[in-house]
Amino acid sequence: MKALLPYAALLAAALVLPFFANDYWAVIGARAAVYWILVAGLNLVVGYGGQLAIGWVALLTLGAYTASILVARFDLNPFIAYAAGGVVGALSGVIVGLPALRLRTFYFAMTTLGFATILTQVALSWQSVTGGGIGLPGPTLSPPFDSAWGLYFLALGLAAIVTWMTANIAASRFGRSLIAIRDAEVAAEASGISKARLLTIVFLFSGFTAGVAGGLFATLQSYITPDAFTFDLSVTFFIAILVGGRGSILGPLLGNILLTLLPEFAAPLVAWSTFLYAALLLAIVLLMPGGIAALLDFRNRKPLESHRSIVPQPDRLRALLDHGPVREDIVLRNVVLAFGGVRAIDGLDITIRAGQVHGLIGPNGSGKTTTLNVISGYYAPQEGEAFLGSRVLPHGAPQTRAALGIARTFQTPRVIGEASVLQNVMVGATVDGTASFMEAALTLPRYRSEERTLTDRAMQALSVVGLASLAAVRADRLQHSELRFVEIARALAGRPAFLLLDEPAAGLSTDEINRLGSLIKAIAAAGTGVLLVEHHADLIFDICDHVTVLNLGRELAAGTPADIRAHKEVVSAYLGA
Amino acid sequence: MLAAILAAGLAVGATYALIGVTYNIMFSASRVMSFTAGQLGMLGGVLGAMFISRLHLPILPGMVLALGGCALVGLVTEIIAVRPVLKALDQHLYVLSTLGFALMIQTFTAIEWSTEPQPFPRLIGIGEGGPWDEKFWLPVLACVATIVGLELLYRRTLVGRAFLAIAEDNFAARALGLPERNLRMASYALAGAVGGLAGFAGGELLLAFFANGSMLNFYGFIPVALGGLGNNKGAVIGGLALGVFQQAANFLMGGVVAGVAVFAVFIIVLLVAPQGLFGAPAARRV
Repeated sequence: MKALLPYAALLAAALVLPFFANDYWAVIGARAAVYWILVAGLNLVVGYGGQLAIGWVALLTLGAYTASILVARFDLNPFIAYAAGGVVGALSGVIVGLPALRLRTFYFAMTTLGFATILTQVALSWQSVTGGGIGLPGPTLSPPFDSAWGLYFLALGLAAIVTWMTANIAASRFGRSLIAIRDAEVAAEASGISKARLLTIVFLFSGFTAGVAGGLFATLQSYITPDAFTFDLSVTFFIAILVGGRGSILGPLLGNILLTLLPEFAAPLVAWSTFLYAALLLAIVLLMPGGIAALLDFRNRKPLESHRSIVPQPDRLRALLDHGPVREDIVLRNVVLAFGGVRAIDGLDITIRAGQVHGLIGPNGSGKTTTLNVISGYYAPQEGEAFLGSRVLPHGAPQTRAALGIARTFQTPRVIGEASVLQNVMVGATVDGTASFMEAALTLPRYRSEERTLTDRAMQALSVVGLASLAAVRADRLQHSELRFVEIARALAGRPAFLLLDEPAAGLSTDEINRLGSLIKAIAAAGTGVLLVEHHADLIFDICDHVTVLNLGRELAAGTPADIRAHKEVVSAYLGA
Repeated sequence: MLAAILAAGLAVGATYALIGVTYNIMFSASRVMSFTAGQLGMLGGVLGAMFISRLHLPILPGMVLALGGCALVGLVTEIIAVRPVLKALDQHLYVLSTLGFALMIQTFTAIEWSTEPQPFPRLIGIGEGGPWDEKFWLPVLACVATIVGLELLYRRTLVGRAFLAIAEDNFAARALGLPERNLRMASYALAGAVGGLAGFAGGELLLAFFANGSMLNFYGFIPVALGGLGNNKGAVIGGLALGVFQQAANFLMGGVVAGVAVFAVFIIVLLVAPQGLFGAPAARRV
């Protein structure tokens, strides 16, 4: 409830504005609202998804021209024209956005900049349709929206709806998945998040709001020419989000209001406003990367308890992992994987049995992590196959593993630092989410009950690993050992049939290693098979049912811990006398 | 017709190629793609027009001052927009910091110089009007001179080899005791001069206009994307090809189609070969 106060205050201020201000302020207010309709959608792309779309003004241009042309040349109802502008914006959003799936940050920024550049040129030269440099009139509305205040309230109402929808999306599994892609892409894939599908939906949504904003912008301007859609405007949108802070709705909202109003209060600076915004962008990046949102984040400034210990509660596992008996094993058959001339795995056969703890040990460079990466789909073997039961695990498609019931952790924890511990763990349960994007945006009942289930399950996973008390804390404030257990909780939240652990004991204290050991045993006892890559021989021999020793990409020995301890070559090559 | 297309195409292409080389020099020194590359080209034209037309300096000192000014801007880029974010290279903050600085340069120019395109002085006065007009071959000459000069610098001089060492393996180069920071600053100054030369040599064609900055940013980046990051030969081939393609489309099918065609080709090539046509594949992630 407390979180809603700032929004309510802003809305109240916007609603009483007509009693204090003249028509000029209605235009300024409407402009801020129209910009926000675009920026709110763009915020999901930039602030949450981390995609540097700097040329989003292109979609505003398309929406404005579409609506204006439909009204001026085909005499369409303006509201239908706005919607048509939104549809054109949505489709173009996907076209401009999809290169983001293959291109890195700067490349993507450049493609959006290029699109905006080219679009202005086209608007200038395609005179028969756009009116060229002379332009064409924007849609005019009929009463009650034809006055300055009428348009103001229309824009304000739409802005409020868009704010509500984006806030809902940000709080849903879509918002969490976007932040996961931004800050921990590899972990997002392992949690079953399909970047392609997610970004497509978000670009559609963001393009739609930008297109609708374009139509309203044309009405507000009453006459549009290509000059109205400068790159400066695009940069203003982008900077509003960064000034506000990534992964926040309120911050960019304040940033947008600030940047729209600033020139009104500092009239002599109008000519310099873009220069100031650019300087502001530089200053924010260098001095305050968290933006306004970080300034307002009081909760995460309270000090944490300093002597914390992680006390897992394995007895809660049965309630969490209620997936029934797992009967299929993971089987690798004659897998070969070479990096250039180095054969990292050289003809490996291995079977990881359901419900057992399988240890994988060996010297550095013996192919342990590579084996794990083949199973979890990051590497494609050149020969041989990995199977789950009788099914072949698809190559190079890590995002498919979570749905097959295979979860993993990483050698260096891949955690979203700016999200709370609970949100991090909920990312692991993404694969069980079924509510659609629109259900989440409108908080329909099915989405709400599903969200409650996922939250409960993530809390259960957190109490299993012993971190329930830290659920609300930003993950980057945790200690290294706690991050390791957060990763295990995230993997468990997806209720996996198999759990692949990559050196989970590295950096843990002796006490913590013992607790980790009992936790792993309990996980296997609850029916989830565990593949444990480790260097701590004691841990391996204590808890494994079966151990494979690798050397130079091949199996050196395999058997029960007792067999391995007695194996001469293993002792001389790896364990030491 | 063909001569006109080729002359104009090679001229703008050489300018794009030089901006591509500017990107590459900065990238090699720091692994940073900077939005200031195009602005340096814009500044080359604006400063040249300012020193020669407005302040009536002779051509040679005017050119030296213009390129020197651009080199200074390159140096400032390194100090305020690149060095502070180098430690967080994986967070791509440099995209934002260099964008901010590039916009500052652009708006400052728009306000203090002019928002309208201003004429650039005629430098020599050869071939008035025809396809052999100096405005067409000057950029090509500048491009050839730059490539030959860079090649000599990198292959024949100790400093040049140090540049290559930094580009190849930053950590190893520092372990050998190379002054990495000074070399990086020198690279940025060099990039500034090359970018300035692009705008100066192409000044008679593109005029002294503040909006050339973002235009060159985009069209200068295409050769880099086509040729692969850090690959100067790729940038020159890509730049000339882009220039001729763009002018041909412009002459034959008009501005709308040319713009859309260039963008479409750019996107398709990037999607098919994200590392560029002459580039190396990306490193492993897990």
